[in-house]
Amino acid sequence: MAFVAIADRDHEQEHHDPHTFVSKYIWSQDHKVIAIQYGGTAVLVGLVALVLSGMMRLQLAFPDYFSFIRPNEYYQFVTMHGMIMVIYLLTALFLGGFGNYLIPLMCGARDMVFPYMNMLSFWAYLVSVIILMSSFFVPGGPTGAGWTLYPPGTILPGTPGSDMGILLMLLSLAVFIVAFTMGGLNYVTTVFQARCQGMTLMRMPLSIWGILTATVLGLLAFPALLVSAIMMIFDKTLGTSFFMPAVLSMGQALDHQGGSPILFQHLFWFFGHPEVYIVALPAFGIVSDLLSVHARKNIFGYRMMVWAIVGIGALSFVVWAHHMYVSGMNPYFGFFFATTTLIIAIPTAIKVYNWVLTLWQGNIRLNVPMLFSIGFIFTFVHGGLTGLFLGNVTVDLPLSDTYFVIGHFHMVMGVSPIMVLFGAIYHWLPKITGKMFNETLGKIHFWCTFLGTYAIYLPMHYLGILGVPRRYYAYGLSDFIPASAQSMNVGITIAALFVGVSQLLFIINIIWTLTKGKPAGSNPWEATTLEWLTPDTPPKHGNWGHNLPVVYRWAYAYSVPGAALDYITQTDPQKGGDIEEGDHGKH
Amino acid sequence: MSMWTLVVALVSALVVWYLLARQLMAQPWLADGEVGYTPDIEAFASPAKKVALFFLLAVISSLFALFFTAYMMRMNPAHGDDWLSIPKPDILWLNTVLLLASSMSMQWAKNLVNHQSGKSPLPALIIAGVFAISFLVGQLLAWQQLYNIGNLQISNPALGFFYLLTGVHGLHILGGLYVWARATIRVFMGITTPSINLSVELCTVYWHYLLVIWLVLFGLLLTT
Repeated sequence: MAFVAIADRDHEQEHHDPHTFVSKYIWSQDHKVIAIQYGGTAVLVGLVALVLSGMMRLQLAFPDYFSFIRPNEYYQFVTMHGMIMVIYLLTALFLGGFGNYLIPLMCGARDMVFPYMNMLSFWAYLVSVIILMSSFFVPGGPTGAGWTLYPPGTILPGTPGSDMGILLMLLSLAVFIVAFTMGGLNYVTTVFQARCQGMTLMRMPLSIWGILTATVLGLLAFPALLVSAIMMIFDKTLGTSFFMPAVLSMGQALDHQGGSPILFQHLFWFFGHPEVYIVALPAFGIVSDLLSVHARKNIFGYRMMVWAIVGIGALSFVVWAHHMYVSGMNPYFGFFFATTTLIIAIPTAIKVYNWVLTLWQGNIRLNVPMLFSIGFIFTFVHGGLTGLFLGNVTVDLPLSDTYFVIGHFHMVMGVSPIMVLFGAIYHWLPKITGKMFNETLGKIHFWCTFLGTYAIYLPMHYLGILGVPRRYYAYGLSDFIPASAQSMNVGITIAALFVGVSQLLFIINIIWTLTKGKPAGSNPWEATTLEWLTPDTPPKHGNWGHNLPVVYRWAYAYSVPGAALDYITQTDPQKGGDIEEGDHGKH
Repeated sequence: MSMWTLVVALVSALVVWYLLARQLMAQPWLADGEVGYTPDIEAFASPAKKVALFFLLAVISSLFALFFTAYMMRMNPAHGDDWLSIPKPDILWLNTVLLLASSMSMQWAKNLVNHQSGKSPLPALIIAGVFAISFLVGQLLAWQQLYNIGNLQISNPALGFFYLLTGVHGLHILGGLYVWARATIRVFMGITTPSINLSVELCTVYWHYLLVIWLVLFGLLLTT
């Protein structure tokens, strides 16, 4: 029987050719449009979170100077900044945005296998964002419980937004999880079922491996957040005592009995730690592809990179309690979780070495995506190494809840994934828009962001070692905090505002690209993977014209000895020109 | 907690490993055998919808495993010493039989479409649906009976969990009934395409799965 790609089989294909403006751009079932919808929404809501962080920094640098930032508002800014950045920006942009755009194009499929469900996924995501944003406008404002939402404080009077705010937050999270599950089932099924002929799993670009593994993590980990959200809604509205212990509130005993706040922490971090890798693994995958393309070299240790991604994903489920060393859990747990945490350093280090070795003796093109990729290696190594400090129980105890932690996780899962996101947007923008961005503007954007974020987060490690606690609105009279810490806070705030404003360069560059950008051609980076080989740029509905592509080799045939060009596309049927066995060391 | 979550993590890791093991050993950079070779991609020989259903069942497994874990952790005196066992309404036994009957009727419908005997699966589908709806009504009656006892405190975690877990399970049955209704209407309208057969088959898998979840849940409720 002749090969028929699964995506082309009649009974599998849901026909959805768009005809009208509305079906083409609004209620669209095309994965590329949905990706842009996801990405646009995520960037927009991310800008809100960026502004919130700017306001936090204003308060920290100039305490009590701004009348619109009182303690309640400050805690609301902290909470909303964290939750938006982690869930509604990073998760949505990597998986909803890049997952949607890249999976069908890189795997050689015409679309996701369930386009209708894909559309629903975006609209549910949009609803979750609207619910979250609406909490700014309800009485009491959004929740100010911190993004971890720890009970009992979260739902008790005294915490900002403990009435409507927290309910809207939990509801929004539940809707987001439904949206993610619909999208996630699509991504996984598409990768497994709709690859084109010749695209074996081990020929897939690492971007797809990262997105696939992160999606599996999300599908298994988000239920933990859903469970804790539902149970907390019950505690808040029905008076159950899942998490709520016997509490005296405002001098009165509440109805709650002996509930367990630590149970919530376990559930939250069973989601929360894999969430770190839901964000990090797509970044790992994408940066591998960016480094390989722009260094004109095959990725070093492809198979080891795949194993490392899958291994990190599996390990990420058995480390969650390293967020809880000071929670009062059984101290023996700390030993177990410190051990598993440090084991993760092994596959992660393998990846870092392989990225660096990919650059070694490469023909490096120091363009904007490459700058962001190399920037990522710096920030990730930095954030990863401070993770070794915090992973050890005895070192973590004094550093817990200080600015050291803030510095660590912003470097490792804030700045690093954002570096990759910018690199990825600049890398694929010529394919998405068909036009080339402004290189100079992009480079200025990179240097402002890269140096600026170091100016923000390096000093925070020092503040943390001094013992400056996180999440404090003002420090009051604290003898152990020297006056110079305040000067440092002013410096950090200036850097933060500078970085925040410099993101306008990115927005300007996008607008510049759309209006004045020169046509980029179909394959401006001379890359090998399928998304650069579409008949149209930007790709049209159905991606591939009449025939699906056929894949003859892996995704990393760069600078192959004896080949006419320094890259051989995956669809090039020519024999030879590939690395001979035993030749690895020479190239 | 750690035991259960470890088991879930290990099982999912093993599943992923099993699915990938054969292909993960490939050396795509080599000259011989790999480059220029264009194998057909049939990762799973099943329709995409079936694959997606299995991933969905994995998600639901994770959800219920976490609920059960939270249940057992909360019972542990270390997480609160206020657990008071509650009476279990006898109607739950009847409901279990109803759900079992529903599952068996679904299997009957699946057998009918599989054997292509020419007989319509419509009666079997309708019977399965009626049993499932009766199950849900029975669950509501169980809630009613518990509520009527009167002296139970909602702050007792045993009672809270009873409503929560039966409710979440009931919602999953409702979701299944939505798909069942779509399939049944199409059968009723006389559509006989392979996609109907697939719908019936997937409904059957989902029904059996929710039965298993219910049996575990019921066992957990009875023993605590």
